[in-house]
Amino acid sequence: MAESAIKTTVPLAPKEGWWGRKERSLITDPLHMDNPITVQVLGVCSALAVTTLVKPALIMGISVVAVTGFSNLVISSLRNGIPKQIRMIVQLVVIAALVTIVELFLKAFSYDVWKQLSVFIGLIITNCIVMGRLEAYAMANKPWKSFLDGIGNGLGYAWILVAISAIREFFGRGALMGYKIVGPSSDFLINTKSSALLSWYQPNGLMVLPAAAMFLIGTIIWIQRSREAKLVDIS
Amino acid sequence: MFNNRYILIYTVVMALVTSVALAFVVNGLKPLHDSNEAFFKKKDILGSIQDQIGVNPSKMKLEEINKLFEEKVDKIALDASGNPINGLDAESIDLAVEEKKPAEKRRYPLFIYKGEKGNIYLMSVRGNGLWDKIWGYIALSDDFNTVVGASFGHLAETPGLGAEIKDNANFPNSFKGKQILKDGNFVSIEVIKGGVKDVAHQVDAISGATITSTGVSNMLNNGIVVYLPYFESLKK
Repeated sequence: MAESAIKTTVPLAPKEGWWGRKERSLITDPLHMDNPITVQVLGVCSALAVTTLVKPALIMGISVVAVTGFSNLVISSLRNGIPKQIRMIVQLVVIAALVTIVELFLKAFSYDVWKQLSVFIGLIITNCIVMGRLEAYAMANKPWKSFLDGIGNGLGYAWILVAISAIREFFGRGALMGYKIVGPSSDFLINTKSSALLSWYQPNGLMVLPAAAMFLIGTIIWIQRSREAKLVDIS
Repeated sequence: MFNNRYILIYTVVMALVTSVALAFVVNGLKPLHDSNEAFFKKKDILGSIQDQIGVNPSKMKLEEINKLFEEKVDKIALDASGNPINGLDAESIDLAVEEKKPAEKRRYPLFIYKGEKGNIYLMSVRGNGLWDKIWGYIALSDDFNTVVGASFGHLAETPGLGAEIKDNANFPNSFKGKQILKDGNFVSIEVIKGGVKDVAHQVDAISGATITSTGVSNMLNNGIVVYLPYFESLKK
């Protein structure tokens, strides 16, 4: 009795609101329970490649958020007019155009990061998350929801990227966002050579190699599945 | 539901709309792209001699870089046999364009920084890394032998491995004090793995980036040699 009484007092979200429970879950689901990297296992290739440093990983994440969000929006708005026979080609043209625009903007406003990332920005076109969301969601849902779904999946990808790159940059180079923190020379905030307690410390060279990202993604998947029984054996 | 004619028209319209949109963005952002490129090129050039300038050029603003360039840097364009070309702005020479020409038609930019301890000659070199092009500026003191600084750039080397030629200051710094001549003959500077033996002419490679390191070696070997005839003419 008490339970049902409590349930009825919870205000219900408006049915077709702009920001109801459904819309919120479009953003929050991909962050954890439906994460594109750890649950759908999409976009792993770029997660191995661009996660040596935090700053490029962050810019890469933002770029992917922009591309997934707007490609979902565009394709969803066009979905009733797209001929089924060439729908993949139309999707690819939209993705490629958006990625090119993102790259041109980066080149204009963040030239140094553009130089660091150049190849990988272009490779967003082949990132399976983008086309996966277009096929699985945008082709069958309304523009606003599709846009949120794209943003959500982009964010789900981005936070994994930033988390992995933070671990790799810290343990591989003793730095975060380019600020040197722990390392064996006087440029670093904590100079391990000058302290007797830390003189054993060495940056882990493995962390700089792409293999480290694979181990880290594996570890994240492991932790996530050991906590969420629902996720075991669904992908 | 959709007939062939619809599909055909759809494709054509889609292609037109996207290409017009992209053309607008490219044209709209072109001035920014150009000024960024020129700005970063100047920073790159001065990056090899930041000790002499006393400021880190990567922290300088556009106007400061331009002012420094105007006051203290001479530009000379050289042809393939090392003769100066009059009336050609060295800054307009793009080695990416030159390397596609036959060897005898290539032109090379030389920048001369008029420092307090004598002139410093900044050579521009370009070569192949693992994934794409790499380039660099080598600063030579006025004995035309001793390297006083170097800076490198790359288009697409692997972050954390080959990209270290630019990101890790220790690599370009290790070129300081090296000599390009041995007993008067050109030997270049070799990037070598597993311990330097000839201290004056070798530097340590980056671990995990063998092909990029070899690329730097080749780039220096092929790139510096074209400036030697001009230096010979200056010595006389």
